[in-house]
Amino acid sequence: MVKTMDKEKIKKKLKESSVGIAGAGGLGSNAAVSLARAGIGRLVIVDYDKVEKSNLNRQYYFLNQIGKVKVKALKDNIKKINPSVKVEVYNEKLTKGSMDRYFKDVDVIIEALDSAEMKTAFVEEIMHKLPKIPVIAASGVAGYGHSERIVTKHLGNLYMVYDADAKSSDDDVLMAPRVCLMANWEANLVLELLLGD
Amino acid sequence: MSIEVNGKEVKWVEDETVKELLKRVKYSFPLVVVKINDKVIPRSDFSKVIVPDNSKIAVVHMISGG
Repeated sequence: MVKTMDKEKIKKKLKESSVGIAGAGGLGSNAAVSLARAGIGRLVIVDYDKVEKSNLNRQYYFLNQIGKVKVKALKDNIKKINPSVKVEVYNEKLTKGSMDRYFKDVDVIIEALDSAEMKTAFVEEIMHKLPKIPVIAASGVAGYGHSERIVTKHLGNLYMVYDADAKSSDDDVLMAPRVCLMANWEANLVLELLLGD
Repeated sequence: MSIEVNGKEVKWVEDETVKELLKRVKYSFPLVVVKINDKVIPRSDFSKVIVPDNSKIAVVHMISGG
């Protein structure tokens, strides 16, 4: 039980842990910042995008970072919050067949990709190639309100932050409150998995 | 003679595979996991496994957005 683990033990455990994050958009950037604040020792973040003005309504970037490589900007932001976190970033596009490439030695993996097709391909490939590493994914981040519809679905080594009734981001808005809620739900699951019940 | 798919009652069809059922209920989104009576059905078995009468089917799927 966490209650019996004292603060120092929790701090030490998190410091020794590493988390892989696939994607540095709304889910990934916010989850990464939360985990850095919590004191995770090492983060491995992969994304190929650049910061755009339209990202600022939900992603953890600033106006003066527009045009910058996302993973580099995110690393800068994390370092300003907690310089002791080892932040390993790759400005690369994850592709089918090598989704596991950067995540072989982490303790937990967060799926923080955008399109349903890539999200599915990532989860399936990781579960197949790295069956011992827990994967946390999110589905249904678009829209606003309806926080109470969000649940955690636990299926073997896959944990899904899930809203079955949400619309696709192709048909609904993406905005900070719900995106950050689910990003932090993912980060919170990471802590639960690392520290136990 | 009915089954439950994600909480909704659906007519049971004899000798229907998981793949056929998903098509019938128009679940065309990228699927992650299908469970029948809490047992996970591997994707490779979708066209082999027959859906039993009175079963509860849970389909967990991915929606775009991140």
